[in-house]
Amino acid sequence: MASKPRIKLPKKAAAGEVITIKTLISHEMESGQRKDKEGNTIPRQIINKFTCAFEGATVFECDLDPAISANPFFEFTAKVDKSGTFKFTWVDDDGSVYETEQAIEVA
Amino acid sequence: MNFTRREMLALSAGAAGAVAFGFSTPAFASAEQTEKAIADFAGGKTPETGKIILTTPEIAENGNTVPVSVEVESAMSGDDLCESVMILADGNPNPDVCTFHFTEMSGSAVATTRMRLAKTQNVIAVAKMKDGSVFMDKKEVKVTIGGCGG
Repeated sequence: MASKPRIKLPKKAAAGEVITIKTLISHEMESGQRKDKEGNTIPRQIINKFTCAFEGATVFECDLDPAISANPFFEFTAKVDKSGTFKFTWVDDDGSVYETEQAIEVA
Repeated sequence: MNFTRREMLALSAGAAGAVAFGFSTPAFASAEQTEKAIADFAGGKTPETGKIILTTPEIAENGNTVPVSVEVESAMSGDDLCESVMILADGNPNPDVCTFHFTEMSGSAVATTRMRLAKTQNVIAVAKMKDGSVFMDKKEVKVTIGGCGG
């Protein structure tokens, strides 16, 4: 269902700087409201949780409901004090988990 | 596949009918549901105005992707920490849109996403601070093409 999460965050930052992170993942986010040609409801299948963690500590989380658009996009901030890796996790209704990581260098 | 003119017309009429049907079926959220969601989130407190800024377009041409941003005035440390922000849309089949959770490591309580809106309605953002205070902002968004079903 979902594929290729895309992350945009600066490669380098100053210690204590608040950086902006943008994330995008392709996912249909089937709302459970739509009907198919025969009038049957198409079952809901969405990403219901998004988490961003830095070196194991949670930075930002979001609980998603069906009213979030297809290909969920998030923009948020993070305060970085040291070099490390950001880990991004998306949890699907069907239990699949999509993960990606990106490192940042703090001068 | 080849269609005769007659078949083609019948098909397109059917498709148009399906679209109209799709729009009329979702049961829209009542004001009560929205108020209950706010009350549950606020934990008995009455939401105050100020501190939170909700940004949405005044007119959304496509209800399938409506950008929404929230910004909460907060030092993001100690007691002056915005813990979470809930976004609601009172005219959708289900008023919940999403809930953001911030931590001290967020650096600021600012977030942006994209949501679906079924029709012209109010979008509400409620922020909960660590000290228990609750703030609210509300914006009306005019939707040209709805984003639920159809």
